[in-house]
Amino acid sequence: MNLHEYQAKELLKKYNVPVQEGIAVDTVMAAEEAYRQIKTQTNNNFAVIKAQIHAGGRGKGKIEGTEQRGVAVAKSVEDVASIAKNILGGTLVTIQTGPTGKKVNKILVAQDVYYSGPNPVKEFYLSILLDRSKGMNVIMYSTEGGMDIEEVAHNTPEKIFKEWVHPGGGLQAYQARKIAFNLGLSGEAFKNCTKFVTNLYNAYVGLDCGMLEINPLFKTSDEKIIAVDCKMNLDENALMRHADLAALRDISEEDPTEVEAGQYNLNFVKLDGNVGCMVNGAGLAMATMDMIKLSGGEPANFLDVGGTANAQTVEAGFRIIMKDPNVKAILINIFGGIVRCDRVAAGVIEAYNKLGNIDIPIIVRLQGTNAEEAKKLIDESGLKVQSAILLSEAADLVRKAVA
Amino acid sequence: MSVLVNKNSRILVQGFTGTEGTFHASQMIEYGTQVVGGVTPGKGGTSHLDRPVFNTVADAVKQTGADVSIIFVPPAFAADAIMEAADAGIGLVVCITEGIPVQDMVKVKNYLQGSSTRLIGPNCPGVITAGEAKVGIMPGFIFKPGRIGIVSKSGTLTYEAADQAVKAGLGISTAIGIGGDPIIGTPTVEAVQLLMNDPETDGIIMIGEIGGSMEADAARWIKENKTKPVVGFIAGQTAPPGRRMGHAGAIIGGADDTAAAKMKIMAECGIDVVASPADIGVTMAAALKK
Repeated sequence: MNLHEYQAKELLKKYNVPVQEGIAVDTVMAAEEAYRQIKTQTNNNFAVIKAQIHAGGRGKGKIEGTEQRGVAVAKSVEDVASIAKNILGGTLVTIQTGPTGKKVNKILVAQDVYYSGPNPVKEFYLSILLDRSKGMNVIMYSTEGGMDIEEVAHNTPEKIFKEWVHPGGGLQAYQARKIAFNLGLSGEAFKNCTKFVTNLYNAYVGLDCGMLEINPLFKTSDEKIIAVDCKMNLDENALMRHADLAALRDISEEDPTEVEAGQYNLNFVKLDGNVGCMVNGAGLAMATMDMIKLSGGEPANFLDVGGTANAQTVEAGFRIIMKDPNVKAILINIFGGIVRCDRVAAGVIEAYNKLGNIDIPIIVRLQGTNAEEAKKLIDESGLKVQSAILLSEAADLVRKAVA
Repeated sequence: MSVLVNKNSRILVQGFTGTEGTFHASQMIEYGTQVVGGVTPGKGGTSHLDRPVFNTVADAVKQTGADVSIIFVPPAFAADAIMEAADAGIGLVVCITEGIPVQDMVKVKNYLQGSSTRLIGPNCPGVITAGEAKVGIMPGFIFKPGRIGIVSKSGTLTYEAADQAVKAGLGISTAIGIGGDPIIGTPTVEAVQLLMNDPETDGIIMIGEIGGSMEADAARWIKENKTKPVVGFIAGQTAPPGRRMGHAGAIIGGADDTAAAKMKIMAECGIDVVASPADIGVTMAAALKK
């Protein structure tokens, strides 16, 4: 589950991780008031307005139909009002949102971190994530902050450092020092950095993060180390022990069809193709999508109906898939093990009858327990449903349907 | 013989008296598996499915001589159950539970290092040695005894592969469902090693998914150590990057963990890679004739 920048920063503050201060608002008037507060607190006319969406590239992205960037500097209350007006309610298109963009419902009015002081400012990169092959958390960091880290990794891999954290002992003081040294810090900034890294790691573990990225990690002109931006992803499997975090989910950021599927306990991912599919098991569902492509179609979705493929789940699956007008055929692929195929067939027939006229070809492939009985049920139902037992037969039927 | 489990394995069920535990333990018993008892904390001393229930795994091991455990406890308590089994000296722990937090598995993986316990899963269908023992939730009748081993991250896709192998005139020695989570006890390469060294297995079907590097690691080992044909399939050739496809571990993170990248390295390492899941069985039959 992804969080907004403002939500992530609030959580980091609870772990004593210093962040760029800001106030999240959803109206122009509230933005003006937030600016006045920030101005008083920082004694600085400058502030930054940041669109809150679940995607990166906001600084370069533009609000659809305008020249307004997703991150902008304001130096007066009038500036704030005009930027807030441009952004709020607009659709921000960035390199990560794709051409459809994302609607902006909230902005963060944040302090200007480039205030003048005795020393130059610096930008770094730091993230914490899981190293799957080692089964350990790893802290990845670089002196090259504020830019696309994948580009840095590709062009100058020597500038990316990694520090693995032992699961038994946790992050050690020497590791935090090593990170601060490798970032070239000394004096107050060095001390602040070791504290920052230690507290950030505690936040990562305490919040059950899947990924935590600070870019840029910022050294101010007065030697503070702060998180200017924060991308936080939470492990959905761990939300059972964090009821407060589960409440931070913003479903307006998600595909509405996927949200609806979730309410039926269906695992659904929307894709761009023309053949819908409904499958039991995630691996078989992916394999079915691949087979659709090899048969000349394009998968319209991923849909795992799980272990219980009954009339209710099949009906919900039909409704969700058919919301997409591009779908020209639907393939149901169930390997019945514990769940009997004749039961599933009865469920398909019941759902089909309940929905009335379905005017696209439906291909049902049932294999496993009672597959023959199931095929007979489908074939004798009088419905315009094509049945198959072998996966290769189903592939041929898909080929004909999309030809 | 085959690998991991056989007719002499003595199986303990953790989460024995729950709905899932009860249903699947009955199915396992029906298959002929030696289920010697179960563990449900607080219900020790009672009996369930005509077998004794214990409060702790240590008690159960002492009383029954169990050497394999299968876990059906809910995700919040599953990591604890795995570590309890390892601590009691169980040699093989099969964890079916789906939805265990990643940080819990980081701890478990570390806890098991240096111990003699092998973990299969979590988030897996389990292990079956055809005709001898079923330690999992798979439909047993599909796995007709024979000499093909299966290693797979996915449940129903394993059944599909087994069914195709049987229809191609072959049968199954042992099928190992290793699980679809980002951190699992037995990675692909270790499961492949077991089957490569098994004198009762003549060919291996290796089924992977997008995400991670386990298939590539296995392929590199196979290149150097292959003594029997390996047929490979990677699910998710059409999956979009950055989206989680059902399994917690099935997500494309970069250029190296796409299906195309994995299929390429597998083919380079001498694995018969199939693009269509419908071709797994026939390709294995053909490979054995070569």
